[in-house]
Amino acid sequence: MTNTKFSVETLKVNPEKEVDKIIGQIRRLLTTRLKRRGLVVGVSGGIDSSVSLALASKAIGPEKVLALLMPERDSADETLDLSTLVADHFKVEKIHENISEILKAVGFYSRYDNAVRQVIPEYNENWKSKIITPNIIETKGFSLFSIVAKPPEGEIIKKRLPLKAYLEIVAATNFKQRTRKMLEYYHADRKNFAVIGTPNRLEYDQGFFVKLGDGAADIKPIAHLYKTQVYELAKYLGVPEKIRKRPPTTDTYSLPQGQDEFYFSLPYEKMDLCLYGKNNNLAIEVVAKALDLTIEQIKRVYDDIDTKRVTTRYLHLSPLLIEDVGEITVY
Amino acid sequence: MSDIKSKIKEFIIDNFLFGDADGLNDETSFLDEGIIDSTGILELVNFLEEEFSIAVDDEELIPENLDSIKNVAAYLEQKIKA
Repeated sequence: MTNTKFSVETLKVNPEKEVDKIIGQIRRLLTTRLKRRGLVVGVSGGIDSSVSLALASKAIGPEKVLALLMPERDSADETLDLSTLVADHFKVEKIHENISEILKAVGFYSRYDNAVRQVIPEYNENWKSKIITPNIIETKGFSLFSIVAKPPEGEIIKKRLPLKAYLEIVAATNFKQRTRKMLEYYHADRKNFAVIGTPNRLEYDQGFFVKLGDGAADIKPIAHLYKTQVYELAKYLGVPEKIRKRPPTTDTYSLPQGQDEFYFSLPYEKMDLCLYGKNNNLAIEVVAKALDLTIEQIKRVYDDIDTKRVTTRYLHLSPLLIEDVGEITVY
Repeated sequence: MSDIKSKIKEFIIDNFLFGDADGLNDETSFLDEGIIDSTGILELVNFLEEEFSIAVDDEELIPENLDSIKNVAAYLEQKIKA
């Protein structure tokens, strides 16, 4: 590839070869490393978990895969329908575990509401909300999170989050991903299966996951693929169009939240190209031209990529030891 | 000014470095040296707002104001005067 031809085409893969490579690796890892007899996949109706389910099914057969559908009170209306659709489409056994009662039992909803009330005292369970971060393309400063809250009737309120409220909101929300993972491992243990993690490369690289939540898994089959490539595989694998056409969402907060208002600086198509350009040391002018952004804006995105790598490095770490325990080799 | 600087320094050393101030001087970049990450910026802002009874505006959340003891002290000095 020459720099002058840099575009979304640069990310194209041969889907057949890529799928063959992934399913071969899944089989090899299950037999040689994990020693488990099947795979559990938590499906959300999003593109990443749908592709992961399709790959798992193709690798070892649908009868050895279990799809878990785990919506809760704040999930989008279409979440259950789309996750049912994809499990049925790939003929995989599915179990519906609504996690709202578990979340209620651990106090998620009240903890979350109490945290929001630190900045919006009138907030209650009938409101909807989400947290957002400023777009670093438009601002040159540090990005601090704000809460956006909407009462049943009335105007949306937006307030920057102070430290305590921010940490408590994130800590409470992380119950969702950790509850789902707890159930995935429950079903994996009872069937002697392994658990699939579904991050794409953007999410994996930038730490867009919850430690011991969606970050926990035995195999992450698409962590090396840019999101654009995940869509390519989705088409090749026959993921239903309804799922392929759905805009990426976090599906975590009660107000709809795009990934690019919560975490990433740009929509995934552009974020993919920035990350690729940075990873492959392409001239910054070439990346800027391909994305129709200024050099200054690309530099901000690159800085943001580095900041996120540093800030989320600990999410990737296994527990750290003071001294090596030589008898235990991680291989 | 020196009182402001020493309060900032004490906070940085106590909160981010567990008391180990080796290599930290007034011009050390918190970000370049990996002392503060993005959550750390929020902690620093929280400290400034509580300790000095100020409100840090969105447009003031820039490295020129927050990325070293010297920068924070200069920012605080003009903020308190204003």
